[in-house]
Amino acid sequence: MTDTARGDLAVEARGLVKHFTTGKSVTKAVDGIDLLIPEGTVFGVLGPNGAGKTTAVRMLATLLRPDAGTARVLGHDVVHDADKVRSVVGLTGQYASVDEDLTGTENLVMLARLYGFLGGTARGRSAELLEAFGLGDAGDRQVKTYSGGMRRRIDLAASLVMSPRVIFLDEPTTGLDPRSRNQVWDIVRVLVADGATVLLTTQYLEEADQLADRIAVIDHGKVIAEGTATELKRSVGEGAVHVRLADATQRGRAAEVVGALLGTEITLANDPYALTARVPDDGAADVARILPALGDEGIVVPEFTLGQPSLDEVFLALTGQPMEDDETIEEVA
Amino acid sequence: MAVDPTITAAELRAPEANALRAAVALEQRPSRPSPVSATFTYTWRALLKIKHVPEQLFDVTVSPVIFTLMFTYLFGGALAGDVQSYLQFLLPGILVQAVLFTTIYTGYTMNTDISKGVFDRFRSLPVWRPAPIVGALLGDTVRYTIASVVTLALGLVLGFRPPGGVVGVVLGIVLLLVFAFALSWVFTALGLVLRSPNAVMGTSMLVLMPLTFASNIFVDPSTMPVVLQRFVDVNPVTHLVTAVRGLMAGEPATEGIVWVLVASVVLTAVLAPITMRLYRNRS
Repeated sequence: MTDTARGDLAVEARGLVKHFTTGKSVTKAVDGIDLLIPEGTVFGVLGPNGAGKTTAVRMLATLLRPDAGTARVLGHDVVHDADKVRSVVGLTGQYASVDEDLTGTENLVMLARLYGFLGGTARGRSAELLEAFGLGDAGDRQVKTYSGGMRRRIDLAASLVMSPRVIFLDEPTTGLDPRSRNQVWDIVRVLVADGATVLLTTQYLEEADQLADRIAVIDHGKVIAEGTATELKRSVGEGAVHVRLADATQRGRAAEVVGALLGTEITLANDPYALTARVPDDGAADVARILPALGDEGIVVPEFTLGQPSLDEVFLALTGQPMEDDETIEEVA
Repeated sequence: MAVDPTITAAELRAPEANALRAAVALEQRPSRPSPVSATFTYTWRALLKIKHVPEQLFDVTVSPVIFTLMFTYLFGGALAGDVQSYLQFLLPGILVQAVLFTTIYTGYTMNTDISKGVFDRFRSLPVWRPAPIVGALLGDTVRYTIASVVTLALGLVLGFRPPGGVVGVVLGIVLLLVFAFALSWVFTALGLVLRSPNAVMGTSMLVLMPLTFASNIFVDPSTMPVVLQRFVDVNPVTHLVTAVRGLMAGEPATEGIVWVLVASVVLTAVLAPITMRLYRNRS
């Protein structure tokens, strides 16, 4: 990524580091991350649990002081100008939540007052947001009675009370059903159409693909790849073919046939009947030839699937290792 | 994970894009609220929580009633010869105990807010930093007042007749509330340091049990072993009880009252900055 002029960057983080010490062990939650996010774009931070996504967002949102490195949001330093950063940033995530005991209206009125709306205008702002987020009928109910999707919408509304120009969404759709997830995606699209800059963390390649202009893949506190969704996918190919055989002894021969057609590496799964192959760019026509070719060899294929590359496959392609799921780091964070 | 095509856009009840766009595009951003206004907003929240979760008042109201009845009738005769004269001695003390135990909830509530992520939302707002804590403490003062009123009302029913009259009783309670507000900072600090609401509860009990029992709340310390008397003499709760008793008895001891006020100022001056430091640096 080429450097943009400073004025055009909504977020500019360089060399961010955060280590947590628990007893004698040190966890490098964030270990030198650079993020340059142009204004008006959606930037996706993609990584498994414990990769350091939440820690990075918390540092950018002034909730956590970096051990090293600098970060600016709309030109304001997150350490020295923390209050200025707070007045331009909206935050939604596992760690920035509304009060479950209060009603939706009470939560939004409280936040509106804290942003400086007075009496009646605070109520008006709350009503306007509830209506816009499809919660008009639920305003008088305690938030703990909300469904998962409503809960996420009230969290989003809470972070938009003051129309922030920069919005951090920390795993906004984790745990949501597809319907609620699509609603959140629609909201994000509206925000961006309106000129806001969105930093979105996610575990799902599809989500980053749907929403983000650029994506940084992070693992163990480091950015291991950055680019557009297309560029990232190119690194893993168009997807993967999963083949399951009727006879395990034919796997070697099947791997040769598939490998010859696609020209990519074959992964032999632990399951002795299965193999997986990356599909190269423009490899769709070759995929179509796999089944007849296997048939010609007398290989019976009861199962054949073609899938979009998953985050797992992106990780495998980028790191040569399967994705590790290390929950402990983000719990400490 | 394609969307089920049978679900129509209307059924999705997706936020209507235009309303959303209008709500997001704010013409005028208000200027930031004053520290006082921000603090009172958090106080308002604390009161809303009492309204929505009235169960939290159960402890505040029931335990003083049980303690008063138990000590008055179980030990009153044995300790003071007759129940009525013991009640005159006990009631100001048990009032102090009831309110001090209520201060634990300040730390408990704060820790619950942290574990639920509510505090991170507060910390991400551009408001006067101490506002969430000071506001919560002011809201808790309402709880302390409720505990005081319940205990006092029960005492009056049982036959407590303070010679200090209404003025003496009110001044005694005000002094108690001032000290309770100052003491709450201990529990806000604990609430920020400890990992779970239950740990806050347990640790706070461990602090308050010796402070309230090894004091002059229940008995005259002159019958205690010398070592214990020394502790009772330096125990701030003893000074507080003596001052409150004096006010309610219509014999205010200036020295004791000044001692309590100075202790309150010192507690706040030392612990408020520590609490704020913990709040700022909490990861």
